[in-house]
Amino acid sequence: MSDPSPATSSEGATPDDTATEPSHWWRLIAIWVVLSAILDPLFYIFAGPHVPPGRMTSTASGAQFDFNVLLVIALPVMLGVWIFMIYAIVMWRASRGGPEPVGGPAARGNMPIQVGWILTTTVIVLFLAGFGTYELVQPEGAGGGQGPSPIWTPTSHTVLPIQVIGQQWKFTYRYPTYGGFETTELVIPDNTTVAFHVTSLDVIHSFWAYQLGVKADANPAQDNVAFTTPSQLGTFIVRCSELCGIWHGAMYNSGVVVTPSAFQQWASATRIRLAANTKLLPPFSYTYIPDANGADGGFYPDNVDPYSKVQTYGATPPVPAPHG
Amino acid sequence: MSRPWRLTTAIGLFLIAVVGIVFTVIALTNEPPTVDYAAGHQSGQPVAVTMQAVGSFGSGNHPTWVSYLTRTPEGQWVHTTLWQVPAHTRVNVTIYNYDSGSPLRNQQIGQITGTSGNVALLNGKPIHLINSNVGNGVAHTFSIPTLGINVPLFANNPNANLCAAAPCPTKSPVQVIKFSFISPAAGQYPWQCFVPCALGFLYGNGGPMQTIGYMDGFMKVVA
Repeated sequence: MSDPSPATSSEGATPDDTATEPSHWWRLIAIWVVLSAILDPLFYIFAGPHVPPGRMTSTASGAQFDFNVLLVIALPVMLGVWIFMIYAIVMWRASRGGPEPVGGPAARGNMPIQVGWILTTTVIVLFLAGFGTYELVQPEGAGGGQGPSPIWTPTSHTVLPIQVIGQQWKFTYRYPTYGGFETTELVIPDNTTVAFHVTSLDVIHSFWAYQLGVKADANPAQDNVAFTTPSQLGTFIVRCSELCGIWHGAMYNSGVVVTPSAFQQWASATRIRLAANTKLLPPFSYTYIPDANGADGGFYPDNVDPYSKVQTYGATPPVPAPHG
Repeated sequence: MSRPWRLTTAIGLFLIAVVGIVFTVIALTNEPPTVDYAAGHQSGQPVAVTMQAVGSFGSGNHPTWVSYLTRTPEGQWVHTTLWQVPAHTRVNVTIYNYDSGSPLRNQQIGQITGTSGNVALLNGKPIHLINSNVGNGVAHTFSIPTLGINVPLFANNPNANLCAAAPCPTKSPVQVIKFSFISPAAGQYPWQCFVPCALGFLYGNGGPMQTIGYMDGFMKVVA
């Protein structure tokens, strides 16, 4: 491999100078390897657990792992650039009264550099393409909306379906296995796989539960399914992440992950509390067709594909409950 | 890039900047006035906010648009949805609804939530819920989503001789809705109607539903 160091001066260089010039390439590589070997694991161990979106759910943990892999790959690249830059400033800067530095041998036409560059970038890009594709499916569909027929389906024995309904400008949530009540509160049980069925009553919204690692577009007349399994108790924020009108910025609310027993208590109490209004709701449907004329009501449910069963992908809901 | 292209690009960028500035100035100067219920307020005393909802404003740039109006403490009706109240104070709201209605797109907003006792008075009668599928349906809602406040406004019979120009006289068919809540800490809280009531707009959510001063507004809470 050719030495990247510039000659000190076309006029001032002597055969003796060239003979004593150190191997800058090997120095650079040694510094880069050592620093990368130290900083990469340090970053992964100490900063990795704090990388967004945290570890509240299986899909959030998956997203955090993906970010950490990207950062662990990116860190040596960044170090390579910084080390070269600092090394060049230190070693090849113009000294006061000394000769003017001139450029070294051109990289163009340098076969080892070209091959090395192409090979390195190809390996990194192909790895990321394969890794990224795999991670889009695992775990649990990466928390993304997978449409009405998800590629990834849960193997869990208990799956809780929750319908997320976007409307200008708020989200509401229906719990079909608890009589189909609809509420503005999003409460989910810990250690239970949740199937979010995301839809909209008007324009396109996007259900983004950041700490859950879940993001799924809410399209009218579409059932967009996203999965996750909480592993930590606590609150999380839900935001709309699709520009949807004047109050898009105010279209957010908080949700909470509670213990399974607390969830049962909440669901039972809410079912009773909202019973009067639940009777007036239409039967649960995966999608609803709003009337484009808008100001008239009665577009709910769609009457196209009426709800027939609570889709739990072969699993049972946390507590079998009759549909009200 | 050739000189004509550079000139064209420069002129284009300049025009875009001018249009942006003009729109910004228009938007800022066109903001409706704020009705101040906080001025002169005595601590511990409630404030009374009074509004009306009309099916068509009847004048101005958008005479056919549905709209809210707000009454000043002096009794003047103002075409605005911006009003200011003191923090941590009981707010007694009275809304005169002069509009007709329909079944709700989502009956979930037929519930009264976030008010004191989760109750409202409809023509003096306490209600917790309006079944929008029967009777006159629901005309509009008054909702502050960040505070969980939602009050549906029972509608008038569409066959009655409804008021078509604001401010409406009290002799017109009207439904009177009253409720109370405690104002939160200082800040600006967006409020809106959740009924897609913008007739003639796709899904009923354009025009007045997207415009401050019609079916959207701010409750400004001051310390």
